[in-house]
Amino acid sequence: MSDAQIFRPESAEQLLETMSWLVSEKMPVNLQGRGSKRLIGNPDRSATTLDLSAFTGISLYEPEELVMSAGAATPMAEINKALDQAHQMLAYDPPNFASLLGLADKESGSLGGMIATNLAGPRRIKAGSARDHFLGFQAVSGRGEAFKSGGRVVKNVTGYDLSKLMAGSWGTLGAMHQVTVKTLPRPEKSRTVLVQGVDADEARTIMSAALNSPNEVSAACWLPKSLAERSDVDIFRHLNNSCVALRVEGPGPSVQYRCKILRDRFKSEGKIEELHTSNSARFWREIRDVSPFAAKIDDRVIWKISVAPTAGPAILSQLSNLKNAEGFLDWAGGLVWLAVDAPKMGAESLVRDAVNRHGGHATLIRGPEKLRREISIFHPQPTPLAALSRRLKDNFDPFGLLNPNRMYPGT
Amino acid sequence: MRMPEPDRETLANRQTIAAELRRIVPGDGVIVDEDALRPFETDGLTAYRTLPLIVVLPETVEQVAAVLKYCHQNSVKVVPRGAGTSLSGGALPLADGVLLSLTKFKQILELDYENRCARVQPGVTNLAISQAVDADGYYYAPDPSSQIACTIGGNVAENAGGVHCLKYGLTTNNLLGLELVTIEGEIIRIGGKHLDSGGYDLLGLLTGSEGMLGVVTEVTVRLLPKPECARALLVGFNSSEAGGDCVAAIIAAGIIPGGMEMMDHPAINAAEDFVNAGYPRDAQALLIIELDGPEAEVDYLIEEVSRIARENGASSIRISESEQERLTFWAGRKAAFPAVGRISPDYYCMDGTIPRAKLPLVLSRMREMSDKYGLRVANVFHAGDGNLHPLIMYDANVPGELDRAEDFGNDILKLCVEVGGVLTGEHGVGVEKRDLMGEMFTDEDMAQQQRVKCAFDPKALLNPGKVFPTLHRCAELGRMHIRQGQIPFPDIPRF
Repeated sequence: MSDAQIFRPESAEQLLETMSWLVSEKMPVNLQGRGSKRLIGNPDRSATTLDLSAFTGISLYEPEELVMSAGAATPMAEINKALDQAHQMLAYDPPNFASLLGLADKESGSLGGMIATNLAGPRRIKAGSARDHFLGFQAVSGRGEAFKSGGRVVKNVTGYDLSKLMAGSWGTLGAMHQVTVKTLPRPEKSRTVLVQGVDADEARTIMSAALNSPNEVSAACWLPKSLAERSDVDIFRHLNNSCVALRVEGPGPSVQYRCKILRDRFKSEGKIEELHTSNSARFWREIRDVSPFAAKIDDRVIWKISVAPTAGPAILSQLSNLKNAEGFLDWAGGLVWLAVDAPKMGAESLVRDAVNRHGGHATLIRGPEKLRREISIFHPQPTPLAALSRRLKDNFDPFGLLNPNRMYPGT
Repeated sequence: MRMPEPDRETLANRQTIAAELRRIVPGDGVIVDEDALRPFETDGLTAYRTLPLIVVLPETVEQVAAVLKYCHQNSVKVVPRGAGTSLSGGALPLADGVLLSLTKFKQILELDYENRCARVQPGVTNLAISQAVDADGYYYAPDPSSQIACTIGGNVAENAGGVHCLKYGLTTNNLLGLELVTIEGEIIRIGGKHLDSGGYDLLGLLTGSEGMLGVVTEVTVRLLPKPECARALLVGFNSSEAGGDCVAAIIAAGIIPGGMEMMDHPAINAAEDFVNAGYPRDAQALLIIELDGPEAEVDYLIEEVSRIARENGASSIRISESEQERLTFWAGRKAAFPAVGRISPDYYCMDGTIPRAKLPLVLSRMREMSDKYGLRVANVFHAGDGNLHPLIMYDANVPGELDRAEDFGNDILKLCVEVGGVLTGEHGVGVEKRDLMGEMFTDEDMAQQQRVKCAFDPKALLNPGKVFPTLHRCAELGRMHIRQGQIPFPDIPRF
């Protein structure tokens, strides 16, 4: 059976039947929810697609219980709309990479896809990532068996926490069809304090001091001048400078009070500006979605690099000699977004070496098809860890049918 | 509760095994003498006792690795143990198993404030971490009530919680890295000072795995700056319904307090008898609501919460005006367990989680059960996240009362699952809730969890007999039942 085909089960029973049949045929499949992350990872996918897009709809949402259950392929747009109406949010700032990846559909992602890729935006440093808000799921394994884990309550240590394992497994362990997540109240107010004219090293000190203060800073990033200019928020057009941005959220009086403390604290470091409600929200949406590198204005290769916060500026400086290299820092320095012109292997070995020196990992988020075929997308693991991951994979998917090679060769 | 039959050959080889372990851990780090083994015979679930085969107390990671490697090669079971405060029997020894105690791993290795983390050995107590960074203005957020004694290694094994988890998360949300020794004696580092893992989230999987996947020898935890201030409200209600409504209304108003605890009438009075915290004795439910953060925010939220409490029929409201008063509010709650211990010869502490709205139903069903079993029960409740701790009072010297207390407890946990909750919120399954796992999971669910164990421990030597009601061999779990057949659902849309 070499012809490309798509299976689109419409119920849990159909999904189980389909998977059992795929197992009996030992036929590898490419799992797809809404396809918003299809351009991330090795482009060589199975000819057969298991389309999960029929699993949609919010089946339970109890805002006062802080819980929501939904079909795994429920569009994020639908999730966000329901959350908005109840003044709630997914606290980890789920990013939307549609513009970064150059997709036509700007609202294409699904809740299940967000979890399976374990992404998070600027609030990661305070609230955690998708995995920290993922309470339970129902899925079918690569053995063709239905299984579930977790529940609908926040506090649960009954059995192994398979939700953590499924989050960030990029569909290589099971096909999730129903997911339950923790929701949280949206902060009443949000403001952002900008400190201008600081380089990455100075930014490191400022961000660290801000986060180590009791002011509950919920996001901290640094942009060089060239990338600050790419913002659509008015003030940045006249800024003509690099800047650190510190976000403060909460009840109105508290936000004003804390912003004042931060302004006073850092006014000797650089010129201070403050973004209020809508500008603040807009700015952090841009950071969250990596808009400074949006595909329509930028065609460089994009690396996402996670390191200790103090290592961020060092990584940037070590990689600054690469052709057309440019980067900014999120997560108070712990996340480096790097754009680089790298026709030869995406500068992979240099990026990996720099990261390995500090401890952390680098993931290729955007790159031409040929490059994504040639290099490892995810950070290679030390042998014992890789062997363990491999054994885990084998215990969920012994024939390697689910998203083969999507994460690592052989998984 | 039945544990697997001890292996006769291992029992017979006890002296040989001890001699081999002494070659790895010299000095007094290997215990075989019965009197010296006695202190290790139980953990916090004291109804169960077993003398371990041997206790070994290594001092280095290399020794841990060598002990595990030896045990793996010779098929000897291993039970890892921290301070032994588990309330679910997670650290209950096995008669044919080596008890691997990590209590000599007591060092704080590194405090890295710029990256807001601490690297510590697993035998460091939970509280010792916060104490070590207190003067510099930081703390470690998860605070299980046993925090004076329980170790961070045990916290990782059980995914420990505490009163602050609604706002600050459980252990799993506050870890950055682990060093793990596998049963094969391999030392693996997971995570570090950075966020998220590059591959599968083994950090998340290992947290709460109850010592069944590996032995943790180093933990990197997140540190948080201490909040500028904290204040608490003590709010009484004439019914648990009103108390529950108030909790829901606070969250619906977008407020996530640092802590939100509820006590029922028996718990209020037991605590008040013990510590005189000034609790309203006539209240049917008492809420302690703590707000922390910048002073301006706390003052504002205190007003908001007071208003919500009044609107929800509070019978009394007190607001802490000093740090001393705030601590007094908490003193009763923190002493609730020993307070119940004073009015009953023994008590059995349960730990289920329920959807919060089901609280009145669960409490009223629990009163019926209390009558049925003829045993009193007091309730403390992490109200924000629905984690319920019923304390069943019994007398172990009265024949049959322990059995009745356990049956009562089992009925409560089944009820938790029935209303949409889970068997355990923060104490773990251990041996205590092992045989109830079928209430929540199908055989296939449990088989998939056990396959995870197979990836780490194919010979099932690490802490066997815990968590899963039936032990399956990995070969059996790996077997596939493949149905050859027609393409399914000919009518499934295909393109």
